[in-house]
Amino acid sequence: MNFETTIGLEVHVEMKTNSKAFSPSPVAYGAEVNANTNVIDWGYPGVLPQANKGAIEFGMRAALALNAEITPETHWDRKNYFYPDNPKAYQITEHDNPIGRNGYLEIEVNGETKRIGIRELHVEEDAGKNTHNPNGYSYVDLNRQGTPLIEIVSEADITSPDEAYAYLEALRQTIQFTGISDVKMEEGSMRVDANLSVRPIGQKEFGVKTELKNLNSFNYVRKGLEFEAKRQVQVLLGGGEIKQETRRYDEATGTTILMRVKEGAEDYRYFPEPDLTPLTIDEAWIAKVQAELPESAKARRQRYVNELGIEAYDAEVITQTLEMSDFFDATVKAGAEAKRAANYLMGDVNAYMNDKKVELQNTDLTPANLAGMINLIEDGTISTKQAKKVFKAIMEGEEPVAYVEKNGLKQLSDPAILQPVIDGVLDANEQSIEDFKNGKDRAVGFLVGAIMKQTKGQANPNVVNELLMASLNAR
Amino acid sequence: MNYFETDLVTLHKQLLTKEISAVELTEQTLKRIAATDEKLKAYILVTKEHALKQAAAIDAQGIDADNLLSGIPVAIKDNILTKDIVTTGASKMLKNYQPSYDATVVKKLTLAGAITIGKTNLDELAMGSTSETSAYQVTRNAWDQDKLPGGSSGGSGATVAGGQVIAALGSDTGGSVRQPASYNGIVGMKPSYGRVSRTGVIAFASSLDQVGPLTRNVHDNAAMLNVLAGFDAHDDASSHEVIPDFTAKLTAGVKGMKIGLPIEFMGSGVSEGVKTQILAAARQLEALGAHVEEISLPHVKYARSAWYVMSYAEAAINFANFDHNTSGYRTENLDILQDFYTTIRSEGLGENVKSCLMLGTLAVVPKNYHNLYHKAAQIRTLINRDFEQAFADYDLIIGPTTPVVAYGDNYQEPTQAEADMFDILVTPANFAGLPALSINAGFSEGLPVGLQIIGPRFNEERVYQAAYAFEQVSDLLKQHPNL
Repeated sequence: MNFETTIGLEVHVEMKTNSKAFSPSPVAYGAEVNANTNVIDWGYPGVLPQANKGAIEFGMRAALALNAEITPETHWDRKNYFYPDNPKAYQITEHDNPIGRNGYLEIEVNGETKRIGIRELHVEEDAGKNTHNPNGYSYVDLNRQGTPLIEIVSEADITSPDEAYAYLEALRQTIQFTGISDVKMEEGSMRVDANLSVRPIGQKEFGVKTELKNLNSFNYVRKGLEFEAKRQVQVLLGGGEIKQETRRYDEATGTTILMRVKEGAEDYRYFPEPDLTPLTIDEAWIAKVQAELPESAKARRQRYVNELGIEAYDAEVITQTLEMSDFFDATVKAGAEAKRAANYLMGDVNAYMNDKKVELQNTDLTPANLAGMINLIEDGTISTKQAKKVFKAIMEGEEPVAYVEKNGLKQLSDPAILQPVIDGVLDANEQSIEDFKNGKDRAVGFLVGAIMKQTKGQANPNVVNELLMASLNAR
Repeated sequence: MNYFETDLVTLHKQLLTKEISAVELTEQTLKRIAATDEKLKAYILVTKEHALKQAAAIDAQGIDADNLLSGIPVAIKDNILTKDIVTTGASKMLKNYQPSYDATVVKKLTLAGAITIGKTNLDELAMGSTSETSAYQVTRNAWDQDKLPGGSSGGSGATVAGGQVIAALGSDTGGSVRQPASYNGIVGMKPSYGRVSRTGVIAFASSLDQVGPLTRNVHDNAAMLNVLAGFDAHDDASSHEVIPDFTAKLTAGVKGMKIGLPIEFMGSGVSEGVKTQILAAARQLEALGAHVEEISLPHVKYARSAWYVMSYAEAAINFANFDHNTSGYRTENLDILQDFYTTIRSEGLGENVKSCLMLGTLAVVPKNYHNLYHKAAQIRTLINRDFEQAFADYDLIIGPTTPVVAYGDNYQEPTQAEADMFDILVTPANFAGLPALSINAGFSEGLPVGLQIIGPRFNEERVYQAAYAFEQVSDLLKQHPNL
């Protein structure tokens, strides 16, 4: 019997607003424990939530970028549960009226484009973090408590772990380019839960689904789903049945492990949040957010290809991350020739980042310096070979023009200087001139080498070539 | 010294002319409380040192001529947070809770120069209408100490009526300011929802809670609201409505006003004695030039059930943070975390609160949500509509505040009709967010009868205007308990 897989993904993305969703505490990753908290985050008696309009607007951005319809009348709900990382004992969320509905995202798998539906997006607040110390105590850090989240729930349109991977890549990219989040799995600003079920091909109704947690990278999502699909098929083929349960992906073994069996729907006693007034989102507000929506990755790719003459593949690579794309734009804006800027970023800069394991923003390279170096190449001041040295220097924060000046790296392009050198080399190599006249092209290479040697590699090869050919023909 | 024969304007003048200093006034107030609170039990905490320090500071900087409250001691209901002053909500759960911040209303009072004299008793966490469910004491009625003061702001009602202070703060989720005002024969105002900040008030039912002043006369009440009212960015329900001077139109009278008296407010659960006084008050208003007519608010008869469902549902979650993780009572010698939480909540909360929280929890579980919470929300909408229609034709609505006068500890369980009537009278104004005031309208069985005046949303001015007109022609101000 053959089976097909159905996957739905629930993605939580932390939004980098200045302050929290319902309190004025700052939102920042990596602060000292409980530094970014106030009485509201601690759920003290008498405190009231204050809705951050910025969180709503970021939520609208996500919804618009994912082609969703914005819900014009919405209100907050309380999701009630008890846990020490959530001192109020309820989470404020959008249960009844999510901010966005009926969106979609296009993915490409094996060269084919597929549209994955997005059922809904809702804005809510994050919980704090508990750590359990071996000394027997548990510690609560509420820095994260109240950070605005957007939860993005896909339709069950995903039919393979590869599609799930592609969906997550596309989602990460789309969200990142809206500017609302860093979407970093490793920092927890993007979190993925997956639902998976299998059914015999041809069966109409879906199989029983399990929920996968602890998926800490896109790769683990793919591996976890692969394992879980196989496991479910094996259980079914063995005559067993799938239970609705939550399973944890185990990175060490690459398997999924039962966490808990779900018996009936969880009861969070949702009801409208009485501390906050309902929210009306009118057309004007939507238009404003739409107008402020930063250029999408797709739009940037099109611009790179159509306006800057970049190859489609290269445009794809540059728009992998917002950071790279922004850097590229800034470099071009600083006057660099676009293709060369693209090549440097994809080649040497990328290699440098991989080698040093740093992010672009953590290097000392600036768009102005990269553009400066590219211009020195373009106008013949330095050769691409000399550029290798300059590149190293600008990665350390050096200003290219000054560096070239200081280190005498300037390319010799002045015929008045080069001609005597060429004449001298020709005089010393009668045999090579002979060889050239007899049609042996190799002789030219030899002569160029000799000239370069004499000029310590600083001669502009183009100018040398030109002058040399003229001189040879004249002899 | 007592506050029976005086008012804010008189006291302010005495303070300004240095006839009395703020410290002297505070000392005399403390003396009065010390002498009478054995009987009244209005205070959970008298903040003697804090008050004297505040008073000395006011004396040092001089009485603010523009602020009637400058140098005036006031009492604060103990569910309203006072920075560094223990705030218990009359619950064992918050026995040692020392807030790190002042409620916005307390900030405003302090800014106006008022002196916090103490924290008044209430029903535990404001859930109740007798002040009996306090974890600490049962407050007595100022007129007859065998009787209860009502609740939940029973302490605030008794202390003002008992002449211990000139003004006190209460909070009103379903009558908790008006009802003690009625039983104690004083003036109690529940302002429009959104008029006064809820920040720093231990929330009972967030969509219904509103802080309001209790005073002996209408002018003082309006003067208090002048200080309390205003937009607060920390409270999402807070309104941007313009804040008038609530004392400005007091003398404008009721001539030509159309006043509705809903038949539902005069049903069989209302005692004959109360009815008589309310009808007399209606005639009094007519004599002043108002037209009083019978009207109908057809859906208020459902107010009781709807109010219990909605307020308890909100309370059940509002009080879920009392688990000692960030605040609250702590129990000892429990190794298992689960037992710890269960025990502190079992021991820290009183029986009444616990049963309310159980009911509130059940009201929002999925299988009941539609029949309970959702229905209650629908009834709320219908009640709001009743008021909208009524206020299209009428300027004000009047009725009794309570169906009976104050009763004692051994009161008989009311009949269903009586029980319904308690909530029919007071909760609709909370549902609709309307300003509603109780003022003494006379006596029955020797105890005060409260006249309730309800106005359109954000029209406290008109409510005060009618209350003031009524007050001027009655001699009730001159009467006070023998205490």
